[in-house]
Amino acid sequence: MRVYLLLIWTWTRAAARYPASFALMTAAGTVTAGLDVAVIWVVFSNTTTLGGFDVSEVMFLYGAGGLAFSIADLLFSNADRVGQHIRAGTLDAMLVRPVGTFVQVTADRFTPHRAGRVLQAAIVLGVALARLDVPGSRLWMIPVMVVCGIVIFASIWALGGALQFLLTDSSEVANAFTYGGATLGQYPLSVYGAELVRGVTYVLPLAFVNWQPGLYVLDRADPLGLPYALRFLSPVAAAALAVAAALAWRAGVRRYRSTGS
Amino acid sequence: MPTVHRRFLASSPSISLYAQLVRYGFRKHATYWGAAAAGAFTNTVFGVLRAYVLIALWRARPGLGGYDIADAVTFCFLTQAYIGPMQVFGGGLEIAQRVRSGDIALDLARPAPLVLWTLSEDLGRAGYLFLARSLPPTVVGALLFGIVLPDGAAVWAAFAASFALGVVISFGWRYIVALATCWLRDDRGLAVVSLVLTTFFSGLMLPLVIFPGWLGTVARALPWSAMVQVPADVYLGTADIPRTLGFQALWAAVLLALGALLTRAARRRVVIDGG
Repeated sequence: MRVYLLLIWTWTRAAARYPASFALMTAAGTVTAGLDVAVIWVVFSNTTTLGGFDVSEVMFLYGAGGLAFSIADLLFSNADRVGQHIRAGTLDAMLVRPVGTFVQVTADRFTPHRAGRVLQAAIVLGVALARLDVPGSRLWMIPVMVVCGIVIFASIWALGGALQFLLTDSSEVANAFTYGGATLGQYPLSVYGAELVRGVTYVLPLAFVNWQPGLYVLDRADPLGLPYALRFLSPVAAAALAVAAALAWRAGVRRYRSTGS
Repeated sequence: MPTVHRRFLASSPSISLYAQLVRYGFRKHATYWGAAAAGAFTNTVFGVLRAYVLIALWRARPGLGGYDIADAVTFCFLTQAYIGPMQVFGGGLEIAQRVRSGDIALDLARPAPLVLWTLSEDLGRAGYLFLARSLPPTVVGALLFGIVLPDGAAVWAAFAASFALGVVISFGWRYIVALATCWLRDDRGLAVVSLVLTTFFSGLMLPLVIFPGWLGTVARALPWSAMVQVPADVYLGTADIPRTLGFQALWAAVLLALGALLTRAARRRVVIDGG
């Protein structure tokens, strides 16, 4: 953990050497992410509810999910560079250092300008909460769901990274689940097909990032009629996925054989 | 590339030189079929997610923007299919890197105009990505949700023309963005501006027909709409074909002409240090 912080601080200082470029890239990330909000705005300029949810509720789901995703993206998304490290041979150097490979891979080329997206998601979440009037007794769930969401997305990145020990060029496939998962959570899951929602509830627990706990915060019945208890199970889902990811990562590192060149 | 090499020595660039370049562009990208397959997979996943959102919207507002639900789903998968050939997320050209590395000096000295040279290679790229990244999402969309087909050979032909013009317009825009590196040095800032403009104003994120009021009017007149929205409208039969093709041809001509002007300016700007 200390090494991780030291490494990302080093990369941050490196990025700060080019302040104009850094500011530009941070702003660019914020603006690109802001496009999603523009899309939601256009959708709701045509309708008052989508899948039974109004604009503030959708913004809340978007903000909470986006915050978890963007923090995970900032801290852990470099796990999808395993394939590059294998091809370039830099993974060998990491394996002989006295720090875990996951820490090294995720901290390598840490890109602090991704913080722009974190800021954007936090603003959307703040605006949504201001408009929603959520009772104080339900607010505790918000930090819980954001932390669980970070763990879930980080685990998917780690799983994707682990897959690259088998298939070197598979980073796009993991992207479909991480970025796809973030896109999925931008709208209430009630707009998607029932099989898809079951899949992201019971197989790949993306529904626990913002949907199930979000239903609790918004005090809404599940439009798909899944059990009420699910909305409190985000920590369980996150922990289970994290264990699976850790095992997969470890198996990947064990299986890795350097080409020796 | 012995054949091309021999043609360098010929006095003026011939059609067959460009045909060769198209072939090489195709083959160059065909080498990376794994990347294209992964891209097709991602495009398909996002297509499915977007289709559900559009279905929910059209359930709430049937007939919105002149589309029914089947049209909206078709629109969604068509636009996912454009991402590869039209290179909607930008890039696809090597010019920006070559400006930074200085190789552009060599490109400017070639015996064919840089715009046409690069366009030929890009058409080859688009041809390959059409096969590798456009067909799979469309087929999956058709199997999962069902998509509408154009009625009649005339619409198919118009769609093919509109699609090709869309690729040329996309190239014209990306060429200008890439060549601007000659003046800006850092191409990343402009790349992001281009990404925002292209994804939002092309109709990729949402059909432009549902953009409210003046925003919709402006968006539909801009060149980005000619890359995604317009070919989709031709396919769906919601557009007046001669007028739309004229609109696309106009933008293609404007962007290519602008590209040629910028190339001339760049030629004067590039200083070759030798070495």
